[in-house]
Amino acid sequence: MLEILQYGFMQNALVGAILASIACGIIGVYVVVKRIVFISGGISHASFGGIGIGYYLGINPLYGLIPFSLLSAVVMGLVSKRSKVAEDTIIGILWSLGMAIGIILIYLTPGYAPDLMSYLFGNILTVPRLDIYLMFALDIVIIVLVYAFYKEFMALCFDEEFAKVAGIDVERLYLLLLCLIALTIVLLIKVVGIILIIALLTMPATLSRHYTNNLRKMMYLSIFFGALFSVVGLFLSYTFDVPSGATIILVMSTVYMLHFLYDGLKPRRIG
Amino acid sequence: MVEVIDLKDIWVSYDRIPVLEAVNLAVEDKDFLAIIGPNGGGKSTLLKVILGLVRPDRGSVKLLGGNPKKTRKYVGYVPQYISSNLEFPISVWEVVLMGRLSHKGPFSSFNEEDKKAAEEALKTVNMLEFRDRQIGELSGGQKQRVFIARSLVTHPKLLILDEPSTGVDSKTQKEFYELLNRLKSKIAILMVTHDMSALSVYVDKVACLNKKLYYHNSKEISPDDLEAVYQCPVELIAHGVPHRVLKIH
Repeated sequence: MLEILQYGFMQNALVGAILASIACGIIGVYVVVKRIVFISGGISHASFGGIGIGYYLGINPLYGLIPFSLLSAVVMGLVSKRSKVAEDTIIGILWSLGMAIGIILIYLTPGYAPDLMSYLFGNILTVPRLDIYLMFALDIVIIVLVYAFYKEFMALCFDEEFAKVAGIDVERLYLLLLCLIALTIVLLIKVVGIILIIALLTMPATLSRHYTNNLRKMMYLSIFFGALFSVVGLFLSYTFDVPSGATIILVMSTVYMLHFLYDGLKPRRIG
Repeated sequence: MVEVIDLKDIWVSYDRIPVLEAVNLAVEDKDFLAIIGPNGGGKSTLLKVILGLVRPDRGSVKLLGGNPKKTRKYVGYVPQYISSNLEFPISVWEVVLMGRLSHKGPFSSFNEEDKKAAEEALKTVNMLEFRDRQIGELSGGQKQRVFIARSLVTHPKLLILDEPSTGVDSKTQKEFYELLNRLKSKIAILMVTHDMSALSVYVDKVACLNKKLYYHNSKEISPDDLEAVYQCPVELIAHGVPHRVLKIH
């Protein structure tokens, strides 16, 4: 079993999965406690437009993805808060718009779009060394910003109105949070792909909420869960020769459902 | 002397539907004023105007003698507690410390002074022993006391409470008003509520709001005012205790 660790691609995959779990564990907690799963899904799908731009310009799709996903985050945050149309409607529209841009641009790009499927469904076994460095850099950015604004993010997620009165620029902080979600999505795309990102972003965080009432501990736990499930999923996908992203999600969902069942059957504590 | 709150001729409308009309209000230091009125009468909007969260179409707003956007961080604000996310993984201690946020910048963490202020505030509301509890595990009245503690950690000159009696049983309410009564010797208190029974003996002054504000700088409301506010004859049961809300008629 362990001999597969000798392969360079497998080492990259493992490091990549762990780097992704760090961002995902931290930011996923905010997505879950602030209940912004839908807008996160929107940013993730809309960022497909960035991949299209990358292909069209003939550059590494990740370089199209980073600015485009940040832009989608800001536009979605601003429009959904300021427009008079219901927030979920606007998010739904921008969600599809981003994907449509991506599809058209990929269609217009001459020739075959290599590894397009890996952006949609993830394939961490093909992550090149360069992407690993990029993931590492994004992790650092996310950790520094969350450290800097830890108190402010906590107030924003817990009680927006109070945060506003306490002098926090709630709108800007919310946009910053959405941008951090966008960067996390960039990190996760290689692992599970655009379509499956939401599961990776929410499941470790939700699971960790069952074990602690503390935000910081929730982050540590969900990093641990994310890394554990990704690594297990990776080995299973290698052993059975099935797609890695989907396997990781299956492992996670299975554990989550078993946990849910166990929790439901357990006798309730009284008092 | 500088008024704690000074509103002059405030007009607010949403989508051309008037919400507040020609509202004037002056609250002085150590006043305890309750604003009552029906739901949809503009109470929340009035609070937002006072805190600088909504810009009036017309009129001037002064909070602690200045622009509310700058001065609101010196106000203790207790939002309706349902406005916060009670499933949130946060302890009583962290909620109270959050009150010090207005005096902190990014990257800094809470220091000894902040912690001392939080401890004092929790003592004032008798909740220190609950400091490690998760906020959602508390009863309605306990949560309320925690949110008051959070608003007190900056030693504000004014306390603003939005519908404080929501979700609190009457016994707890009594304790709650006794707490406010202890506080009012030091700070001004403004409270809005649609709950007429909340006009306890402790409130000094009462105003009625339904687009227009009816206020006589006293605790008395005339039956005419009430009729104008609620748009139907209202029978007010005056509590037998020392002060009466209604004029003897």
